[in-house]
Amino acid sequence: MTAIPIPARVRGSVQQLLALASLIAILVFFSFASPYFFTPSNLVGILMAATVTGILALGTTFVIVSGGIDLSIGTGMILCGVMTGVFMTYWGWPAWAGVIGAILFGGLIGFINGFNVSVLGLPPFIATLGMMLVASGLSLVISGTKPIYFKEHPDFQLLMNYDVIPGARFPLGVLIFLVLTVVAAVVLSKTIVGRYAFSIGSNEAATALSGVNVVRWKLTIYTIAGLFVGIAGVLAASRLSSAQPVGGMGLELEAIAAVVIGGTSLQGGRGSIAGTVVGALIVAVLTNGLRVTAVPQEWQSVVVGCVILVAVYVDMLRRKAN
Amino acid sequence: MTDTPLLEVRGLNKSFGPVQVLRDVDFSAYAGQVTALVGDNGAGKSTLVKCLGGIYSIDSGEYLFDGKPVSVHGPRDAAALGVDIVYQDLALCDNLDIVQNMFLGREIKSGIVLDDITMEQKAAETLASLSVRTVQSVRQHVSSLSGGQRQTVAIAKAVLWNNRLVVLDEPTAALGVAQTAQVLELVRRLADNGLAVVLISHNMNDVFAVADRIAALFLGQMCAQVSATDVTHSQIVELITSGRSGDLGLRQNGATA
Repeated sequence: MTAIPIPARVRGSVQQLLALASLIAILVFFSFASPYFFTPSNLVGILMAATVTGILALGTTFVIVSGGIDLSIGTGMILCGVMTGVFMTYWGWPAWAGVIGAILFGGLIGFINGFNVSVLGLPPFIATLGMMLVASGLSLVISGTKPIYFKEHPDFQLLMNYDVIPGARFPLGVLIFLVLTVVAAVVLSKTIVGRYAFSIGSNEAATALSGVNVVRWKLTIYTIAGLFVGIAGVLAASRLSSAQPVGGMGLELEAIAAVVIGGTSLQGGRGSIAGTVVGALIVAVLTNGLRVTAVPQEWQSVVVGCVILVAVYVDMLRRKAN
Repeated sequence: MTDTPLLEVRGLNKSFGPVQVLRDVDFSAYAGQVTALVGDNGAGKSTLVKCLGGIYSIDSGEYLFDGKPVSVHGPRDAAALGVDIVYQDLALCDNLDIVQNMFLGREIKSGIVLDDITMEQKAAETLASLSVRTVQSVRQHVSSLSGGQRQTVAIAKAVLWNNRLVVLDEPTAALGVAQTAQVLELVRRLADNGLAVVLISHNMNDVFAVADRIAALFLGQMCAQVSATDVTHSQIVELITSGRSGDLGLRQNGATA
């Protein structure tokens, strides 16, 4: 039926190139629009902003590729930040233990999401919406609605802010994001859990009939997303040198937007880490650029919203063309 | 013909609540032969096949493999015996390529990383061994394949695993004339390679084109298991529609002739 079949690899990279071209176009546009945009300090600021959303988006890519959704990542990240404060300040754990503890706590949140979705069979949207509210409430309860400061660990803020290259501004947090990107890309495209994320998202019944334990792998996928949430929570707390118990709502949508702009299908079965990173950068650059060019805050979300609509529409056109 | 069947079930019963779907069904399939399983809608073909594949547990009856009684409690047990079912619609993931589909659930790894190169080679070898020349690249997404090509991939997937018995659920149902011929040729080749093939089909032309033996189900009972050369088209149609045809089929009291 098809005259010239296009190999999967080529089609995948067309989609990433499209997102990458948009990113470059936006960068060029803002560089001309504002003299403050293309400056080293502003670019570092964009990378810092992209780091936290980007790490959330990396984990969420696995969930969305598998045909699920995770709405709890924003408030879950806040809760993990609060737990970092609890471990290190309230309980006096050493910094490394507090960091690992908070990351594992994120994994636990993801595991519970995965359990609710795969074992109890709740729809992912509802299961993670519930978790979103639970995490939001718990952050306030545990912290007594007040920020937790890392008094005993003044060096904790270096985790995000330490300059890796002497003399130049390149924060450790951004380097961590880069490393995690490579790890996530390898896991998604080269390991069994990545393969099953694609196959479950593509056809869950066929995957199960092929002898794959779908329940177990969904649990794994949501747990992976949770671990990324934990890492993002730790870095966000480090960036501010304090655990802020309020907020996080809306962050999940920003991360999901990054994933979708990067070409990952909300129906599952298609997507890439490279696309997600480009998507996260597009969101961060847009938000920053609109701010630098003094576009009123209200209009900023209008623009980002429209970009998401366009991205999804383009993705749909591409799929029809196939 | 007189060898032990590779797979045999005797006196198989299966009910869903108050509805008895299979009644004392005997069925056997031989290595190197295509056994066609025919019957009207609701006769119990799918249920029988799902019992063979371990998806449904049987209420009572014997399941023999290689002449030895075995217990099959799930798809994994059936897979361990080398029994695989190729479903009509559910078999493939559209967004994965041919190699990824063929190895789904049994990926080859080197360390913790998937060994895509080895999988690609083996998939290509398997397709070549079945003389499949209709697919251009094993890296094509399944969504870009035609119906016949999809069916070919689904069958090749079953063959890749050195399965000993492959059940094909209406493999030609949605295909055109040329593609049907290709798939039937492939079915024949599977049997010639020594596999036991069970072919579910509504199409008598397909059945007589490839089947060595024909098993006809009528309202949950096996009314005849005959050699394809011993019966005519119209006899099989009679068996399917009324459960009996001359000497063949169910007697009035319901016992098998």
